[in-house]
Amino acid sequence: MIVTSGLTKRYGAVLAVDDVGLDVREGDIYGFLGANGSGKTTTVRMLLGLVLATSGDIELLGRPMPRQAAAVLPRVGALVEGPAAYGHLSGRANLTLIDAAGAGAPRRSRRARVDDALEQVGLGQVAERKVRAYSLGMRQRLGLAAALLRRPSLLVLDEPTNGLDPQGISEIRELLLGLHGRGTTVFLSSHLLAEVEQLCTRVGVLDRGRLVLQDQLATLQQPTGRTVVRTPDAAAAHALLDGRVERLSGDRLVVARIEPAELNRRLVAAGLRITELGPERRTLEQVVLAATTDSPVVSP
Amino acid sequence: MIAVELRKLVTRPRTWITIALIDALPTLVAVLLALTDIGPRPGTGPAFLSAVLSDGTLFPLAALAMVLPLFLPVAVALTAGDAIAGEAQSGTLRYLLVRPVGRARLLLAKLISVVAFVLIAVVVVAVTAYVVGALLLGDAPLSSSVSGTALTQQELAWRTALALGYAVLAMLGVASIALFFSTVTDSPQGAAMGALAFLIASTLLLTLDASQALQPYLPTRYWLAFVDLFRDPILWRDVLRGVVQQVLYVVVFLGAAWANFSTRDITS
Repeated sequence: MIVTSGLTKRYGAVLAVDDVGLDVREGDIYGFLGANGSGKTTTVRMLLGLVLATSGDIELLGRPMPRQAAAVLPRVGALVEGPAAYGHLSGRANLTLIDAAGAGAPRRSRRARVDDALEQVGLGQVAERKVRAYSLGMRQRLGLAAALLRRPSLLVLDEPTNGLDPQGISEIRELLLGLHGRGTTVFLSSHLLAEVEQLCTRVGVLDRGRLVLQDQLATLQQPTGRTVVRTPDAAAAHALLDGRVERLSGDRLVVARIEPAELNRRLVAAGLRITELGPERRTLEQVVLAATTDSPVVSP
Repeated sequence: MIAVELRKLVTRPRTWITIALIDALPTLVAVLLALTDIGPRPGTGPAFLSAVLSDGTLFPLAALAMVLPLFLPVAVALTAGDAIAGEAQSGTLRYLLVRPVGRARLLLAKLISVVAFVLIAVVVVAVTAYVVGALLLGDAPLSSSVSGTALTQQELAWRTALALGYAVLAMLGVASIALFFSTVTDSPQGAAMGALAFLIASTLLLTLDASQALQPYLPTRYWLAFVDLFRDPILWRDVLRGVVQQVLYVVVFLGAAWANFSTRDITS
């Protein structure tokens, strides 16, 4: 759905995006991670044809961007760097205007589309209120509604849960999962690791303009081959497993080179009390930190 | 997109407040004239104003001559300066462009909406002035040209129409300048101020003898040439020069606006 090669953007002397090769496949919920200022938003803007790349190619839905923007963008819904709307108009009037802008949205079904989008994001109750009086969370929902108007096959969302309360975040997550279930590919840029970890199937990590990691989330979080044990008898366990314990901190041991089942049998046979035992998985945070701290520091 | 821009124009309260303010000045003048009956001596003050005391139906032209040098250009510069920069400032520009609305198309729609604004403003000023003039001021059908010979109602009507068209074209020149600045900056006020600075500089240079060589190229040079349309016979020279000049301004500045906007990174 999104393929870039050698995508580079230079602002004067600053290299904002450096040789990025994104590969987002159909059916993905792709988490695009990176610290503030790592080039996420510039990349998203280039994908949508707002910012023109210094060099490199972009393919969206199999067509080159920005050359075929007129054919591609009607099938893409986007939320870029926060929502925006005309404050003196109601939420419904805003959606009606944005739906009428650009070709290919039949007037006859406009009302139904707008109603549908408002309902999907849960703004039906306040649709007639002026946007000026909306809270940040409501504006965010309105931005999402605008992105959903044309039932896009690709959603490009930049920090979609910004400004939402926990309940709102969980509602948006449900909404995105529902859309994904009906065949929408989602490209989600975020700096919230937890959000990405809960939602995404594939992850790309941007660090100082470079794509330092891109893989399936499941692959990244594969068991490391080590086993984590929690036990009040940590010292005894350490003595029993001499040489196999890689780390001991409090009641937590990380044990290498032994099957969890076998490890469990031995500990229990020795009469030790086990509170928890399982294969070690790296959290997304560890994966991202490992990927971003390894990369060389860019000299100014 | 054009329909969308027009809808945005008419649903925005600011449009109507601006037009009401533009309209207030000639109306105030009419009321003052009617109450005091003191008009400027012929040949002084704004064009036509000395004639309206006897023939109130000429007041639309007097009103036009009053708002054209300052009020209308300021309003047009504000509206056109807001066109792209305003969308950029409110963040809606990026959402329009990813809709997608082509950049050239958006620019065209904005221009048309500014033209519509100018038309509405000019028509509102003319119609109110006509009504106010007919009600409050003299009703002796003078219907005379500036040169003193008599004009038929029919002649007066098409000359008025020409004059209105000329005023709209002059404002189109202002709109093009402001629209260009609007694609350069993300601040609508900055764009409007840029266009106004251009016009003020032009007006200033016109009063300076040393800048005589520049004067034929200054945008405000022929603005009030529409008065010549009411001479008998019509004095076409300045009017035609004004038309050619404004068309050139529109072509050059719209071209620059298009060239700049279609290759610009949208980072707002």
